[in-house]
Amino acid sequence: MTRYATLLAAAAATAATFAAGALSAADVSMDDPNIAAAYEDGGRYFTEDDIPTFNVQEDGTVDWPTFSGFRRYHAECHVCHGPDGEGSTYAPALKNSAVEMDYYDFVDVVVNGRQKVGAAENSVMPAFGTNPNVMCYLDDIYTYLKAHGSGAIGRGRPASKEAKSDTFAENEDACMG
Amino acid sequence: MKTKLTLLTSGIALCAASAALANDDLMSIMDDPTQWAIQTGDYANQRYSELDQITAENVGELQVAWTFSTGVLRGHEGSPLVVDDTMFVHAPFPNTVFALDLANEGKIKWKYEPKQDPNVIPVMCCDTVYRGVAYADGKIFLHQADTTVVALDSETGEVVWEVENGDPSKGETNTATVLPVKDKVIVGISGGEFGVRGHVTAYNMETGEQEWRAYSMGPDEEMLVDPENTTHLGEPIGADSSLNTWEGDQWTIGGGTTWGWYSYDPEADLIYYGTGNPSTWNPAQRPGDNRWSMTIMARDPDDGMAKWFYQMTPHDEWDYDGVNEMILTDQEIDGEERKLLTHFDRNGLAYVMDRVSGELISADKYDPVVNWTTGVDMDPESETYGRPEVVAEYSTEQNGEDVNTTGVCPSALGTKDQQPASYSPKSETFYVPTNHVCMDYEPFRVAYTAGQPYVGATLSMYPAPDSHGGMGNFIAWDNINGEIKWSIPEQFSVWSGALATAGDVVFYGTLEGYLKAVDAETGDELYRFKTPSGIIGNVMTYEHDGKQYVGILSGVGGWAGIGLAAGLTNPNEGLGAVGGYAALSDYTALGGQLTVFALPD
Repeated sequence: MTRYATLLAAAAATAATFAAGALSAADVSMDDPNIAAAYEDGGRYFTEDDIPTFNVQEDGTVDWPTFSGFRRYHAECHVCHGPDGEGSTYAPALKNSAVEMDYYDFVDVVVNGRQKVGAAENSVMPAFGTNPNVMCYLDDIYTYLKAHGSGAIGRGRPASKEAKSDTFAENEDACMG
Repeated sequence: MKTKLTLLTSGIALCAASAALANDDLMSIMDDPTQWAIQTGDYANQRYSELDQITAENVGELQVAWTFSTGVLRGHEGSPLVVDDTMFVHAPFPNTVFALDLANEGKIKWKYEPKQDPNVIPVMCCDTVYRGVAYADGKIFLHQADTTVVALDSETGEVVWEVENGDPSKGETNTATVLPVKDKVIVGISGGEFGVRGHVTAYNMETGEQEWRAYSMGPDEEMLVDPENTTHLGEPIGADSSLNTWEGDQWTIGGGTTWGWYSYDPEADLIYYGTGNPSTWNPAQRPGDNRWSMTIMARDPDDGMAKWFYQMTPHDEWDYDGVNEMILTDQEIDGEERKLLTHFDRNGLAYVMDRVSGELISADKYDPVVNWTTGVDMDPESETYGRPEVVAEYSTEQNGEDVNTTGVCPSALGTKDQQPASYSPKSETFYVPTNHVCMDYEPFRVAYTAGQPYVGATLSMYPAPDSHGGMGNFIAWDNINGEIKWSIPEQFSVWSGALATAGDVVFYGTLEGYLKAVDAETGDELYRFKTPSGIIGNVMTYEHDGKQYVGILSGVGGWAGIGLAAGLTNPNEGLGAVGGYAALSDYTALGGQLTVFALPD
């Protein structure tokens, strides 16, 4: 039941974004329920619907998972999707996808991949489900892209970050093996 | 019995003769400037044409003669070929090949479109580029993205033979052209960012049978080396020269892929190529020199045996693949005629070597911003002879894992990537398309999974600071004195292969989509035309019915299309500069077109 409610809420948020027209950072409110951090758990921030999100302090300090996402994005994703999730000549700008897409849909595409192959298009997203370098950091990558896509952080490396939490370090070690 | 024996003997003689003829036939086509039979123009990789109808005086009158769309909207590298009255045009994935009848207004004689599993697309590191087909012995050799090597009948497009060179499910793919030599086709492999162990393989031109395979790293017998007779800077490499420089079995996923260009010296009977980066990009995960990644290799084309190696960047810390073209020239140094190999490496150094002995003659920075090294130790008596001296500040190894090393020049794109340079024997000058980009580089630990990216570093790239603000230069280079003669600043990296001609003109393309012609002596711009999309292809020329044509593929993409599409930012210059650099998407969009130029009638 909780899960169902979460999905519904996320879908509503997505619909609202589309209704607002083309996405630009200025259109995204930090109070948006899909973005606003409601609580923190072990160094990671969540919306009231338990969706991972970012936390950027007034001086620009980002939460550790968002910083981690910046690093992992630029190792695993940027060779197709371009620096800072801005898109390339052939792959979409993920900074927008992270804001426009439902979290669970986003995860589904990363885990299972997606193909759009036709006469004028050869667009294939690989399945990263077996890649620990992606899967162990998927929520980090998601929140980093959401932070940049919503305009909370600019392009490039975040200048300062919160320390890595013990919980994060334990989970990371367990996941990476 | 006697008759039978005679027949057998003559059969053998015939076979031998046809193999030799195949090579002679290809060499005579390469010597004929009206044709363009292999991607590099000739075995020496000079990309120079004796055609002189288009000159520095009249090139300003150049016009578009005709155009052709490949129907594919991804990065178009390489160039078309012309053999007799037929032009062969290739496309990126799905790797379509067209044969166009030049005697019949470019009518399509045949089209070949292989069926490939689209799952190969995302395991290609940087777009689905393909640097083109090659011609020899009445066949067109296509090396598909999924590593299938195909020989097509050049008259009909029918498949003569087909062979699998690698396994895309492990990240093994192809972007390079093949090199036809004698009775063999030499092919490489891509996938350094997927932990692929690189190799070069020779297939029989007639049958497609594998003749030999030489790995870039691993046990001696798999690398086709002779510990006593294969040399590195004049000394025998010794036993286990590769295994000794890796920790554990990291070499089995060690990279050193072979996706660049290949040259051949028929007199020395040696093929030349370079090997790519060791994997991962995190140097801490692979202690040692990681031989023989980042290495210039000279091998016997008949059996693959290595004659000499030279490792340019031992234990790479910046992704400076050594795969760029080896340009073979005969030039005078200190009054002595030398057989040279000149190589513009990703690491920002232009190497000149004796291509017969493997002696290192010089190594000079061909962009003054190169800062990761102070230069190469040129003292043969020194313990570090031939090694680059690494500047600690820019060493991602010395700074360590999880540390962001800033301000390294060049970036991982290299001062030059695969985009090939040209050499004019007339001006004794190299014309080099370059990148003018620096980077921050932070390595960190990664896990290996077959068929998944295996990178382990995060990079930010930006135009070279305190320079002209652009991301590229097109330079004229004197390899004997190690000097830039002139340099044309470009807004974007120059990702297009150059062409020099006997008409004293040098051509190259730009990422905005311009085909430019410049004066070979002065670099003065003589002509420009904006084609439908950004250019990452290589300029070629041919003659038909007594008229000289210049051809170029447009179709923005490749690594340049990834990094520069949305523009670059310099994280070290503060917020004011963010977004201040040009975005390629403001100038051009996807395309896939051949544009052919000629002088007005």
